[in-house]
Amino acid sequence: MTAAPDHAPTMTRLSAADRLAKAAPFLLVPVLILAGFLAIGTTSSWLTLTVSGLAMGMMIFVMASGLTLVFGLMDVINFGHGAFVSLGAFVGISVLLALPGWTAEPSLALNLAAVLLAIACAMVLTGLSGWAFERVIVRPVYGAHLKQILVTVGGLIVIEQLIHVIWGPDEIFLNRPETLQGAVTFAGAALEKYRILAVVFGLAIFLAMRLILRRTKIGLIVRAGVQNGQMVESLGYRLRLVFIGVFVAGSALAGLGGVMWGLYQEVITAGMGERMMILVFIVVIIGGLGSVEGAFIGALLVGLMQNYIAFLEPKLALISNIGLMTAILMWRPQGMMPVVKAK
Amino acid sequence: MSDDVLRIEGLHTDIAQYHILEGVDLSVPRGAVTMLLGRNGVGKTTTLRTIMGHWAAKSGSITYDGQDITAWPTPARARAGIGFVPEDMGIFTDLTVEENMVLAAASGPLDATRLETVFAAFPPLRTFWKSEAGNLSGGQKQMLSIARAMAEERKLYLIDEPTKGLAPAIVSTMAGALRELKRAGASILLVEQNFAVAKALGDHAAVMDDGRIVWTGAMAELAADAGLQERLMGLSMEVTG
Repeated sequence: MTAAPDHAPTMTRLSAADRLAKAAPFLLVPVLILAGFLAIGTTSSWLTLTVSGLAMGMMIFVMASGLTLVFGLMDVINFGHGAFVSLGAFVGISVLLALPGWTAEPSLALNLAAVLLAIACAMVLTGLSGWAFERVIVRPVYGAHLKQILVTVGGLIVIEQLIHVIWGPDEIFLNRPETLQGAVTFAGAALEKYRILAVVFGLAIFLAMRLILRRTKIGLIVRAGVQNGQMVESLGYRLRLVFIGVFVAGSALAGLGGVMWGLYQEVITAGMGERMMILVFIVVIIGGLGSVEGAFIGALLVGLMQNYIAFLEPKLALISNIGLMTAILMWRPQGMMPVVKAK
Repeated sequence: MSDDVLRIEGLHTDIAQYHILEGVDLSVPRGAVTMLLGRNGVGKTTTLRTIMGHWAAKSGSITYDGQDITAWPTPARARAGIGFVPEDMGIFTDLTVEENMVLAAASGPLDATRLETVFAAFPPLRTFWKSEAGNLSGGQKQMLSIARAMAEERKLYLIDEPTKGLAPAIVSTMAGALRELKRAGASILLVEQNFAVAKALGDHAAVMDDGRIVWTGAMAELAADAGLQERLMGLSMEVTG
Protein backbone atom coordinates (compact mmCIF):
# COMPACT_ATOMS: atom_id res chain seq x y z
CA MET A 1 0.00 0.00 0.00
CA THR A 2 1.26 3.43 -0.85
CA ALA A 3 1.85 5.32 2.35
CA ALA A 4 -0.06 8.53 2.73
CA PRO A 5 1.96 11.58 3.76
CA ASP A 6 2.37 11.76 7.52
CA HIS A 7 0.06 14.22 9.11
CA ALA A 8 -1.95 14.28 12.29
CA PRO A 9 -5.19 16.07 11.56
CA THR A 10 -7.24 17.46 14.37
CA MET A 11 -10.79 18.72 14.47
CA THR A 12 -11.09 22.30 15.65
CA ARG A 13 -13.46 22.70 18.58
CA LEU A 14 -16.53 24.73 17.76
CA SER A 15 -16.63 28.14 19.37
CA ALA A 16 -19.16 28.77 22.14
CA ALA A 17 -21.22 30.88 19.74
CA ASP A 18 -21.28 28.10 17.14
CA ARG A 19 -22.27 25.53 19.74
CA LEU A 20 -25.03 27.81 21.01
CA ALA A 21 -26.28 28.37 17.45
CA LYS A 22 -26.45 24.60 16.94
CA ALA A 23 -28.30 24.01 20.19
CA ALA A 24 -30.54 27.06 19.91
CA PRO A 25 -33.58 25.26 18.42
CA PHE A 26 -33.54 22.79 21.31
CA LEU A 27 -33.45 25.67 23.80
CA LEU A 28 -36.46 27.40 22.31
CA VAL A 29 -38.98 25.06 23.93
CA PRO A 30 -37.76 25.56 27.53
CA VAL A 31 -37.34 29.28 26.84
CA LEU A 32 -40.95 29.50 25.61
CA ILE A 33 -42.18 27.52 28.63
CA LEU A 34 -40.28 29.88 30.94
CA ALA A 35 -41.62 32.93 29.10
CA GLY A 36 -45.11 31.46 29.44
CA PHE A 37 -44.61 31.08 33.17
CA LEU A 38 -43.48 34.68 33.55
CA ALA A 39 -46.36 35.98 31.42
CA ILE A 40 -49.13 33.87 32.99
CA GLY A 41 -48.10 34.34 36.58
CA THR A 42 -50.13 31.61 38.29
CA THR A 43 -48.48 28.21 38.49
CA SER A 44 -51.66 26.17 38.16
CA SER A 45 -52.84 27.91 34.98
CA TRP A 46 -49.36 27.76 33.50
CA LEU A 47 -49.06 24.04 34.25
CA THR A 48 -52.46 23.27 32.73
CA LEU A 49 -51.68 25.29 29.61
CA THR A 50 -48.20 23.79 29.28
CA VAL A 51 -49.46 20.20 29.40
CA SER A 52 -52.21 21.12 26.97
CA GLY A 53 -49.71 22.79 24.63
CA LEU A 54 -47.32 19.87 24.79
CA ALA A 55 -50.15 17.42 24.07
CA MET A 56 -51.32 19.47 21.12
CA GLY A 57 -47.73 19.75 19.89
CA MET A 58 -47.17 16.01 20.11
CA MET A 59 -50.28 15.32 18.04
CA ILE A 60 -49.28 17.86 15.41
CA PHE A 61 -45.81 16.31 15.33
CA VAL A 62 -47.27 12.87 14.66
CA MET A 63 -49.20 14.30 11.71
CA ALA A 64 -46.27 16.37 10.40
CA SER A 65 -43.40 13.88 10.68
CA GLY A 66 -44.38 11.84 7.63
CA LEU A 67 -44.99 14.94 5.53
CA THR A 68 -41.56 16.41 6.17
CA LEU A 69 -39.83 13.13 5.23
CA VAL A 70 -41.93 12.76 2.09
CA PHE A 71 -40.92 16.24 1.00
CA GLY A 72 -37.30 15.70 1.93
CA LEU A 73 -36.93 12.36 0.19
CA MET A 74 -38.65 12.97 -3.12
CA ASP A 75 -39.35 16.68 -3.23
CA VAL A 76 -43.08 15.92 -3.21
CA ILE A 77 -45.49 18.53 -1.82
CA ASN A 78 -48.49 16.56 -0.63
CA PHE A 79 -51.47 18.78 0.11
CA GLY A 80 -53.57 15.64 0.44
CA HIS A 81 -51.84 14.62 3.68
CA GLY A 82 -54.75 16.03 5.71
CA ALA A 83 -57.11 13.51 4.14
CA PHE A 84 -55.31 10.73 6.02
CA VAL A 85 -55.79 12.63 9.28
CA SER A 86 -59.56 12.72 8.69
CA LEU A 87 -59.73 9.16 7.40
CA GLY A 88 -57.73 7.87 10.35
CA ALA A 89 -60.00 9.71 12.77
CA PHE A 90 -63.18 8.28 11.22
CA VAL A 91 -61.85 4.72 11.09
CA GLY A 92 -60.43 4.85 14.62
CA ILE A 93 -63.43 6.51 16.19
CA SER A 94 -65.76 4.07 14.39
CA VAL A 95 -63.85 1.22 15.98
CA LEU A 96 -64.18 2.87 19.40
CA LEU A 97 -67.90 3.48 18.89
CA ALA A 98 -68.30 -0.17 17.93
CA LEU A 99 -66.74 -1.24 21.23
CA PRO A 100 -68.97 0.40 23.85
CA GLY A 101 -68.37 -2.50 26.22
CA TRP A 102 -64.64 -1.79 26.19
CA THR A 103 -64.78 2.00 26.35
CA ALA A 104 -67.54 2.37 28.95
CA GLU A 105 -65.94 0.01 31.46
CA PRO A 106 -63.90 1.77 34.17
CA SER A 107 -60.94 -0.47 33.31
CA LEU A 108 -57.72 1.18 32.17
CA ALA A 109 -56.52 -2.01 30.46
CA LEU A 110 -59.76 -2.46 28.53
CA ASN A 111 -59.91 1.23 27.60
CA LEU A 112 -56.31 1.29 26.40
CA ALA A 113 -56.88 -1.94 24.46
CA ALA A 114 -59.82 -0.27 22.70
CA VAL A 115 -57.75 2.81 21.87
CA LEU A 116 -54.82 0.73 20.63
CA LEU A 117 -57.12 -1.38 18.46
CA ALA A 118 -58.67 1.79 17.05
CA ILE A 119 -55.21 3.17 16.32
CA ALA A 120 -54.08 -0.08 14.68
CA CYS A 121 -57.14 -0.18 12.40
CA ALA A 122 -56.75 3.49 11.50
CA MET A 123 -53.04 3.12 10.72
CA VAL A 124 -53.53 0.02 8.57
CA LEU A 125 -56.30 1.62 6.54
CA THR A 126 -54.58 5.00 6.13
CA GLY A 127 -51.31 3.22 5.30
CA LEU A 128 -53.04 1.25 2.54
CA SER A 129 -54.79 4.40 1.33
CA GLY A 130 -51.42 6.15 1.31
CA TRP A 131 -49.99 3.40 -0.87
CA ALA A 132 -52.86 3.78 -3.36
CA PHE A 133 -52.60 7.60 -3.19
CA GLU A 134 -48.90 7.49 -4.04
CA ARG A 135 -49.41 5.06 -6.89
CA VAL A 136 -52.41 6.73 -8.49
CA ILE A 137 -52.06 10.43 -7.66
CA VAL A 138 -48.47 11.28 -6.73
CA ARG A 139 -46.41 9.03 -9.00
CA PRO A 140 -47.46 10.63 -12.30
CA VAL A 141 -46.40 14.09 -11.12
CA TYR A 142 -42.89 13.60 -9.73
CA GLY A 143 -40.75 16.68 -10.29
CA ALA A 144 -43.70 18.96 -11.08
CA HIS A 145 -44.58 21.00 -8.00
CA LEU A 146 -47.56 22.86 -9.44
CA LYS A 147 -49.14 19.64 -10.66
CA GLN A 148 -48.43 18.03 -7.28
CA ILE A 149 -50.30 20.80 -5.50
CA LEU A 150 -53.27 20.56 -7.86
CA VAL A 151 -53.66 16.78 -7.90
CA THR A 152 -53.03 16.27 -4.19
CA VAL A 153 -55.61 18.95 -3.33
CA GLY A 154 -57.92 17.06 -5.70
CA GLY A 155 -57.13 13.82 -3.87
CA LEU A 156 -57.90 15.54 -0.55
CA ILE A 157 -61.33 16.62 -1.84
CA VAL A 158 -62.11 13.14 -3.17
CA ILE A 159 -61.23 11.44 0.13
CA GLU A 160 -63.22 14.01 2.13
CA GLN A 161 -66.24 13.40 -0.08
CA LEU A 162 -65.81 9.65 0.30
CA ILE A 163 -65.91 10.16 4.08
CA HIS A 164 -69.20 12.05 3.62
CA VAL A 165 -70.54 9.18 1.53
CA ILE A 166 -69.54 6.49 4.03
CA TRP A 167 -70.11 8.23 7.39
CA GLY A 168 -72.57 10.94 6.40
CA PRO A 169 -72.19 14.71 6.29
CA ASP A 170 -72.60 15.39 10.02
CA GLU A 171 -69.89 15.75 12.60
CA ILE A 172 -69.60 12.86 15.01
CA PHE A 173 -69.37 13.53 18.73
CA LEU A 174 -67.77 11.02 21.05
CA ASN A 175 -66.77 10.47 24.63
CA ARG A 176 -63.32 9.36 25.56
CA PRO A 177 -63.02 5.92 27.15
CA GLU A 178 -64.09 5.98 30.77
CA THR A 179 -60.69 6.01 32.50
CA LEU A 180 -59.31 8.65 30.11
CA GLN A 181 -62.00 11.15 31.06
CA GLY A 182 -61.51 13.77 33.73
CA ALA A 183 -58.39 15.23 35.18
CA VAL A 184 -55.80 14.67 37.85
CA THR A 185 -54.77 17.46 40.18
CA PHE A 186 -51.10 18.28 40.47
CA ALA A 187 -49.65 21.36 42.20
CA GLY A 188 -53.10 22.88 42.21
CA ALA A 189 -53.50 22.44 38.46
CA ALA A 190 -56.11 20.27 36.78
CA LEU A 191 -54.34 18.15 34.18
CA GLU A 192 -56.57 16.22 31.80
CA LYS A 193 -55.66 12.54 31.84
CA TYR A 194 -55.94 12.23 28.08
CA ARG A 195 -53.55 15.11 27.49
CA ILE A 196 -50.96 13.48 29.73
CA LEU A 197 -51.41 10.24 27.79
CA ALA A 198 -51.05 12.14 24.50
CA VAL A 199 -47.76 13.67 25.69
CA VAL A 200 -46.40 10.28 26.70
CA PHE A 201 -47.60 8.63 23.49
CA GLY A 202 -46.26 11.40 21.25
CA LEU A 203 -42.91 11.36 23.01
CA ALA A 204 -42.70 7.57 22.60
CA ILE A 205 -43.39 7.89 18.88
CA PHE A 206 -40.75 10.59 18.50
CA LEU A 207 -38.17 8.49 20.34
CA ALA A 208 -39.05 5.41 18.28
CA MET A 209 -38.72 7.39 15.04
CA ARG A 210 -35.41 8.83 16.17
CA LEU A 211 -34.17 5.36 17.08
CA ILE A 212 -35.13 3.99 13.68
CA LEU A 213 -33.61 6.93 11.83
CA ARG A 214 -30.38 6.91 13.86
CA ARG A 215 -29.76 3.24 14.56
CA THR A 216 -30.98 1.25 11.57
CA LYS A 217 -29.77 0.92 7.99
CA ILE A 218 -33.14 1.92 6.61
CA GLY A 219 -33.03 5.01 8.80
CA LEU A 220 -29.58 5.78 7.44
CA ILE A 221 -30.88 5.44 3.88
CA VAL A 222 -33.79 7.78 4.64
CA ARG A 223 -31.54 10.40 6.26
CA ALA A 224 -29.05 10.22 3.41
CA GLY A 225 -31.84 10.20 0.83
CA VAL A 226 -33.26 13.40 2.21
CA GLN A 227 -29.85 15.04 1.69
CA ASN A 228 -28.85 13.62 -1.68
CA GLY A 229 -31.15 11.04 -3.23
CA GLN A 230 -29.15 10.66 -6.42
CA MET A 231 -26.03 9.68 -4.48
CA VAL A 232 -27.99 7.13 -2.45
CA GLU A 233 -29.14 5.55 -5.70
CA SER A 234 -25.55 5.63 -6.97
CA LEU A 235 -24.62 3.47 -3.99
CA GLY A 236 -27.15 0.85 -5.10
CA TYR A 237 -30.29 1.62 -3.10
CA ARG A 238 -33.68 1.78 -4.79
CA LEU A 239 -34.85 5.05 -3.32
CA ARG A 240 -38.26 4.78 -5.00
CA LEU A 241 -39.09 1.78 -2.80
CA VAL A 242 -37.83 3.60 0.28
CA PHE A 243 -39.97 6.56 -0.64
CA ILE A 244 -43.09 4.42 -1.03
CA GLY A 245 -42.38 2.95 2.41
CA VAL A 246 -41.99 6.42 3.92
CA PHE A 247 -45.14 7.65 2.18
CA VAL A 248 -47.13 4.71 3.56
CA ALA A 249 -45.64 5.18 7.05
CA GLY A 250 -46.29 8.94 6.87
CA SER A 251 -49.93 8.33 5.89
CA ALA A 252 -50.32 5.82 8.72
CA LEU A 253 -48.85 8.33 11.19
CA ALA A 254 -51.28 10.96 9.90
CA GLY A 255 -54.06 8.45 10.57
CA LEU A 256 -52.72 7.92 14.08
CA GLY A 257 -52.63 11.69 14.57
CA GLY A 258 -56.25 11.82 13.41
CA VAL A 259 -57.37 9.32 16.06
CA MET A 260 -55.44 11.19 18.75
CA TRP A 261 -56.84 14.54 17.63
CA GLY A 262 -60.38 13.15 17.47
CA LEU A 263 -60.10 11.91 21.04
CA TYR A 264 -58.61 15.26 22.07
CA GLN A 265 -61.42 17.32 20.53
CA GLU A 266 -64.16 14.73 21.16
CA VAL A 267 -65.65 15.53 17.77
CA ILE A 268 -64.61 14.58 14.25
CA THR A 269 -65.47 16.04 10.85
CA ALA A 270 -64.39 15.22 7.31
CA GLY A 271 -62.66 18.60 7.08
CA MET A 272 -60.64 18.25 10.30
CA GLY A 273 -57.49 17.10 8.51
CA GLU A 274 -57.68 19.92 6.00
CA ARG A 275 -57.91 22.44 8.84
CA MET A 276 -55.01 20.83 10.68
CA MET A 277 -52.82 21.14 7.61
CA ILE A 278 -52.27 24.83 8.25
CA LEU A 279 -50.55 24.02 11.55
CA VAL A 280 -48.83 20.99 10.03
CA PHE A 281 -47.32 23.05 7.22
CA ILE A 282 -46.20 25.72 9.70
CA VAL A 283 -44.46 23.00 11.70
CA VAL A 284 -42.77 21.49 8.64
CA ILE A 285 -41.59 24.91 7.46
CA ILE A 286 -40.27 26.22 10.76
CA GLY A 287 -38.72 22.86 11.65
CA GLY A 288 -36.75 22.80 8.39
CA LEU A 289 -37.71 20.64 5.42
CA GLY A 290 -36.86 16.98 5.87
CA SER A 291 -36.04 17.22 9.58
CA VAL A 292 -37.92 15.02 12.04
CA GLU A 293 -36.19 16.68 15.00
CA GLY A 294 -37.05 20.11 13.57
CA ALA A 295 -40.68 19.08 13.13
CA PHE A 296 -40.76 17.85 16.73
CA ILE A 297 -39.44 21.11 18.16
CA GLY A 298 -41.60 23.15 15.77
CA ALA A 299 -44.72 21.23 16.79
CA LEU A 300 -44.07 21.79 20.49
CA LEU A 301 -43.51 25.51 19.89
CA VAL A 302 -46.75 25.76 17.90
CA GLY A 303 -48.76 23.86 20.52
CA LEU A 304 -47.39 25.87 23.43
CA MET A 305 -47.68 29.21 21.66
CA GLN A 306 -51.28 28.57 20.68
CA ASN A 307 -52.29 27.67 24.23
CA TYR A 308 -50.40 30.47 25.97
CA ILE A 309 -51.63 33.17 23.60
CA ALA A 310 -55.21 31.88 23.68
CA PHE A 311 -55.11 32.34 27.46
CA LEU A 312 -53.27 35.66 27.53
CA GLU A 313 -54.82 37.39 24.52
CA PRO A 314 -57.53 35.27 22.87
CA LYS A 315 -57.90 37.63 19.92
CA LEU A 316 -54.28 37.05 18.95
CA ALA A 317 -54.48 33.24 19.13
CA LEU A 318 -55.36 32.87 15.46
CA ILE A 319 -52.31 34.73 14.25
CA SER A 320 -49.88 33.63 16.96
CA ASN A 321 -48.44 30.76 14.94
CA ILE A 322 -48.13 32.84 11.79
CA GLY A 323 -46.17 35.29 13.95
CA LEU A 324 -44.03 32.43 15.27
CA MET A 325 -43.33 31.24 11.73
CA THR A 326 -42.43 34.75 10.61
CA ALA A 327 -40.04 35.22 13.51
CA ILE A 328 -38.32 31.88 12.98
CA LEU A 329 -37.96 32.38 9.24
CA MET A 330 -36.46 35.82 9.82
CA TRP A 331 -33.96 34.16 12.15
CA ARG A 332 -33.35 31.05 10.02
CA PRO A 333 -34.82 31.41 6.53
CA GLN A 334 -34.58 27.66 5.83
CA GLY A 335 -36.19 26.67 9.12
CA MET A 336 -34.57 25.70 12.41
CA MET A 337 -32.87 22.46 11.37
CA PRO A 338 -33.10 22.11 7.58
CA VAL A 339 -31.88 18.84 6.13
CA VAL A 340 -32.99 19.61 2.60
CA LYS A 341 -31.28 22.74 1.41
CA ALA A 342 -33.16 25.07 -0.92
CA LYS A 343 -34.25 23.09 -3.97
CA MET B 1 -15.62 -11.84 -25.03
CA SER B 2 -14.03 -8.44 -25.36
CA ASP B 3 -11.54 -7.44 -22.68
CA ASP B 4 -13.29 -4.09 -22.29
CA VAL B 5 -15.22 -3.74 -19.05
CA LEU B 6 -17.17 -0.86 -20.57
CA ARG B 7 -18.01 -0.10 -24.17
CA ILE B 8 -20.00 2.94 -25.23
CA GLU B 9 -21.26 3.30 -28.79
CA GLY B 10 -22.90 6.32 -30.41
CA LEU B 11 -24.04 7.78 -27.09
CA HIS B 12 -26.21 10.89 -27.29
CA THR B 13 -27.48 12.70 -24.19
CA ASP B 14 -29.66 15.79 -23.95
CA ILE B 15 -30.01 17.90 -20.82
CA ALA B 16 -33.13 20.05 -21.14
CA GLN B 17 -32.82 21.70 -24.55
CA TYR B 18 -29.07 21.19 -24.75
CA HIS B 19 -27.56 18.39 -26.81
CA ILE B 20 -24.52 17.59 -24.67
CA LEU B 21 -23.21 14.24 -25.90
CA GLU B 22 -23.20 13.93 -29.68
CA GLY B 23 -22.20 10.36 -30.37
CA VAL B 24 -19.62 9.26 -27.81
CA ASP B 25 -17.70 6.07 -28.66
CA LEU B 26 -15.47 4.89 -25.85
CA SER B 27 -13.96 1.68 -24.52
CA VAL B 28 -12.57 1.14 -21.02
CA PRO B 29 -10.16 -1.84 -20.92
CA ARG B 30 -10.39 -4.16 -17.93
CA GLY B 31 -7.82 -3.64 -15.18
CA ALA B 32 -6.51 -0.35 -16.54
CA VAL B 33 -6.91 3.36 -15.87
CA THR B 34 -8.50 5.25 -18.73
CA MET B 35 -8.26 9.01 -18.54
CA LEU B 36 -11.14 11.03 -19.95
CA LEU B 37 -9.67 14.40 -20.83
CA GLY B 38 -10.77 17.59 -22.50
CA ARG B 39 -11.50 21.24 -21.95
CA ASN B 40 -14.24 22.38 -19.55
CA GLY B 41 -17.76 21.91 -20.85
CA VAL B 42 -17.05 19.28 -23.50
CA GLY B 43 -19.20 16.59 -21.85
CA LYS B 44 -16.87 14.60 -19.58
CA THR B 45 -19.07 14.78 -16.48
CA THR B 46 -22.19 14.16 -18.57
CA THR B 47 -20.53 11.04 -19.98
CA LEU B 48 -19.89 9.68 -16.47
CA ARG B 49 -23.39 10.59 -15.32
CA THR B 50 -24.96 8.95 -18.36
CA ILE B 51 -22.97 5.79 -17.70
CA MET B 52 -24.23 5.91 -14.09
CA GLY B 53 -27.81 6.47 -15.25
CA HIS B 54 -28.28 9.97 -13.83
CA TRP B 55 -29.05 11.19 -17.32
CA ALA B 56 -30.96 8.98 -19.74
CA ALA B 57 -29.19 8.26 -23.01
CA LYS B 58 -31.18 9.63 -25.94
CA SER B 59 -29.63 7.05 -28.24
CA GLY B 60 -26.62 4.78 -28.41
CA SER B 61 -25.64 1.93 -26.14
CA ILE B 62 -23.69 1.30 -22.95
CA THR B 63 -22.35 -2.22 -22.54
CA TYR B 64 -20.89 -3.07 -19.14
CA ASP B 65 -19.29 -6.40 -18.41
CA GLY B 66 -20.99 -7.91 -21.44
CA GLN B 67 -24.49 -6.64 -20.62
CA ASP B 68 -26.40 -3.81 -22.26
CA ILE B 69 -27.15 -1.51 -19.31
CA THR B 70 -28.41 1.47 -21.33
CA ALA B 71 -31.91 1.24 -19.88
CA TRP B 72 -30.96 0.10 -16.38
CA PRO B 73 -31.84 2.34 -13.42
CA THR B 74 -28.97 3.81 -11.43
CA PRO B 75 -29.23 1.42 -8.42
CA ALA B 76 -29.02 -1.61 -10.72
CA ARG B 77 -25.82 -0.25 -12.30
CA ALA B 78 -24.33 0.34 -8.86
CA ARG B 79 -25.25 -3.14 -7.68
CA ALA B 80 -23.68 -4.59 -10.82
CA GLY B 81 -20.35 -3.21 -9.59
CA ILE B 82 -19.98 0.34 -10.86
CA GLY B 83 -18.65 2.72 -8.22
CA PHE B 84 -19.18 6.43 -8.71
CA VAL B 85 -17.29 9.38 -7.23
CA PRO B 86 -18.98 12.58 -8.39
CA GLU B 87 -17.28 15.90 -8.96
CA ASP B 88 -19.12 17.44 -5.98
CA MET B 89 -18.12 14.39 -3.89
CA GLY B 90 -21.73 13.64 -2.89
CA ILE B 91 -20.88 13.37 0.79
CA PHE B 92 -23.79 13.07 3.21
CA THR B 93 -22.72 15.96 5.39
CA ASP B 94 -25.20 15.36 8.22
CA LEU B 95 -24.02 11.77 8.61
CA THR B 96 -20.81 10.74 10.34
CA VAL B 97 -17.84 9.33 8.44
CA GLU B 98 -18.78 5.92 9.82
CA GLU B 99 -22.39 6.26 8.66
CA ASN B 100 -21.24 7.33 5.19
CA MET B 101 -19.10 4.20 4.97
CA VAL B 102 -21.76 1.87 6.38
CA LEU B 103 -24.19 3.21 3.79
CA ALA B 104 -21.67 2.64 1.02
CA ALA B 105 -21.64 -1.07 1.80
CA ALA B 106 -25.01 -1.63 0.14
CA SER B 107 -24.89 -5.42 -0.07
CA GLY B 108 -24.15 -6.13 3.59
CA PRO B 109 -22.07 -5.16 6.61
CA LEU B 110 -18.87 -3.19 6.07
CA ASP B 111 -15.99 -5.61 5.58
CA ALA B 112 -13.29 -5.14 8.26
CA THR B 113 -10.37 -6.04 5.98
CA ARG B 114 -11.56 -3.67 3.30
CA LEU B 115 -11.98 -0.98 5.94
CA GLU B 116 -8.36 -1.40 7.04
CA THR B 117 -7.31 -0.92 3.41
CA VAL B 118 -9.33 2.30 3.35
CA PHE B 119 -7.75 3.51 6.60
CA ALA B 120 -4.29 2.71 5.26
CA ALA B 121 -4.96 4.82 2.18
CA PHE B 122 -6.73 7.61 4.03
CA PRO B 123 -5.60 7.78 7.71
CA PRO B 124 -7.67 10.89 8.57
CA LEU B 125 -10.85 8.86 8.10
CA ARG B 126 -9.90 6.72 11.10
CA THR B 127 -9.26 9.86 13.14
CA PHE B 128 -12.62 11.40 12.25
CA TRP B 129 -14.59 8.13 12.13
CA LYS B 130 -17.28 9.38 14.52
CA SER B 131 -17.32 12.98 13.28
CA GLU B 132 -19.96 14.55 11.08
CA ALA B 133 -18.75 14.46 7.49
CA GLY B 134 -19.84 18.06 7.02
CA ASN B 135 -17.08 19.14 9.41
CA LEU B 136 -14.28 17.56 7.34
CA SER B 137 -11.94 19.65 5.21
CA GLY B 138 -12.29 19.59 1.41
CA GLY B 139 -9.46 17.08 1.05
CA GLN B 140 -10.86 14.82 3.76
CA LYS B 141 -14.28 14.91 2.10
CA GLN B 142 -12.68 13.85 -1.17
CA MET B 143 -10.92 11.01 0.68
CA LEU B 144 -14.27 9.91 2.08
CA SER B 145 -15.84 10.12 -1.33
CA ILE B 146 -13.28 7.74 -2.82
CA ALA B 147 -13.25 5.57 0.30
CA ARG B 148 -16.99 5.14 -0.07
CA ALA B 149 -16.53 3.81 -3.58
CA MET B 150 -13.94 1.40 -2.15
CA ALA B 151 -16.30 0.09 0.55
CA GLU B 152 -17.33 -2.80 -1.69
CA GLU B 153 -15.67 -4.64 -4.51
CA ARG B 154 -16.30 -2.85 -7.82
CA LYS B 155 -15.47 -3.85 -11.32
CA LEU B 156 -15.44 -0.30 -12.59
CA TYR B 157 -14.86 3.04 -10.92
CA LEU B 158 -16.14 6.27 -12.46
CA ILE B 159 -14.23 9.09 -10.79
CA ASP B 160 -14.80 12.74 -11.62
CA GLU B 161 -11.96 15.17 -10.90
CA PRO B 162 -10.79 13.76 -7.55
CA THR B 163 -7.91 16.22 -7.17
CA LYS B 164 -9.82 19.38 -8.02
CA GLY B 165 -8.88 22.23 -5.70
CA LEU B 166 -6.79 20.07 -3.36
CA ALA B 167 -3.42 20.85 -1.78
CA PRO B 168 -0.43 19.00 -3.28
CA ALA B 169 -0.02 16.71 -0.26
CA ILE B 170 -3.65 15.60 -0.54
CA VAL B 171 -3.34 15.19 -4.32
CA SER B 172 -0.45 12.83 -3.63
CA THR B 173 -2.61 10.85 -1.18
CA MET B 174 -5.39 10.62 -3.78
CA ALA B 175 -3.00 9.51 -6.49
CA GLY B 176 -1.58 6.89 -4.14
CA ALA B 177 -5.02 5.49 -3.39
CA LEU B 178 -5.98 5.37 -7.05
CA ARG B 179 -2.67 3.69 -7.90
CA GLU B 180 -3.45 1.08 -5.25
CA LEU B 181 -6.89 0.49 -6.73
CA LYS B 182 -5.28 0.02 -10.12
CA ARG B 183 -2.74 -2.40 -8.65
CA ALA B 184 -5.59 -4.38 -7.13
CA GLY B 185 -6.96 -4.90 -10.63
CA ALA B 186 -9.76 -2.32 -10.74
CA SER B 187 -10.83 -0.71 -13.98
CA ILE B 188 -11.06 3.06 -13.68
CA LEU B 189 -12.52 5.74 -15.92
CA LEU B 190 -11.06 8.93 -14.53
CA VAL B 191 -11.84 12.51 -15.42
CA GLU B 192 -8.86 14.62 -14.40
CA GLN B 193 -7.74 18.15 -15.16
CA ASN B 194 -4.38 17.80 -13.41
CA PHE B 195 -2.24 16.60 -16.28
CA ALA B 196 0.60 15.47 -14.02
CA VAL B 197 -1.78 13.16 -12.18
CA ALA B 198 -3.26 11.99 -15.47
CA LYS B 199 0.17 11.19 -16.80
CA ALA B 200 1.19 9.36 -13.65
CA LEU B 201 -1.94 7.21 -13.40
CA GLY B 202 -3.30 6.77 -16.89
CA ASP B 203 -2.73 3.76 -19.09
CA HIS B 204 -5.06 4.93 -21.81
CA ALA B 205 -6.52 8.30 -22.69
CA ALA B 206 -9.60 9.50 -24.48
CA VAL B 207 -9.95 13.17 -25.32
CA MET B 208 -13.35 14.79 -25.73
CA ASP B 209 -14.39 17.85 -27.64
CA ASP B 210 -17.88 19.13 -28.42
CA GLY B 211 -19.59 16.07 -27.00
CA ARG B 212 -17.51 13.50 -28.91
CA ILE B 213 -14.34 11.49 -28.38
CA VAL B 214 -11.82 13.02 -30.76
CA TRP B 215 -8.74 11.03 -29.87
CA THR B 216 -7.91 7.77 -28.13
CA GLY B 217 -4.58 6.14 -27.49
CA ALA B 218 -1.95 5.46 -24.90
CA MET B 219 -1.61 8.04 -22.16
CA ALA B 220 2.15 7.94 -22.57
CA GLU B 221 1.79 8.91 -26.22
CA LEU B 222 -0.34 11.93 -25.36
CA ALA B 223 1.92 12.95 -22.49
CA ALA B 224 4.96 12.85 -24.72
CA ASP B 225 3.50 14.98 -27.49
CA ALA B 226 3.02 18.64 -26.52
CA GLY B 227 1.77 19.46 -30.01
CA LEU B 228 -0.92 16.83 -29.75
CA GLN B 229 -1.98 18.14 -26.34
CA GLU B 230 -2.26 21.65 -27.68
CA ARG B 231 -4.23 20.54 -30.71
CA LEU B 232 -6.63 18.38 -28.72
CA MET B 233 -7.08 20.30 -25.51
CA GLY B 234 -5.61 23.73 -26.05
CA LEU B 235 -2.84 22.71 -23.68
CA SER B 236 0.78 23.49 -24.02
CA MET B 237 2.31 22.45 -20.80
CA GLU B 238 5.47 21.23 -19.28
CA VAL B 239 4.44 18.01 -17.65
CA THR B 240 6.00 17.60 -14.28
CA GLY B 241 5.68 15.16 -11.46
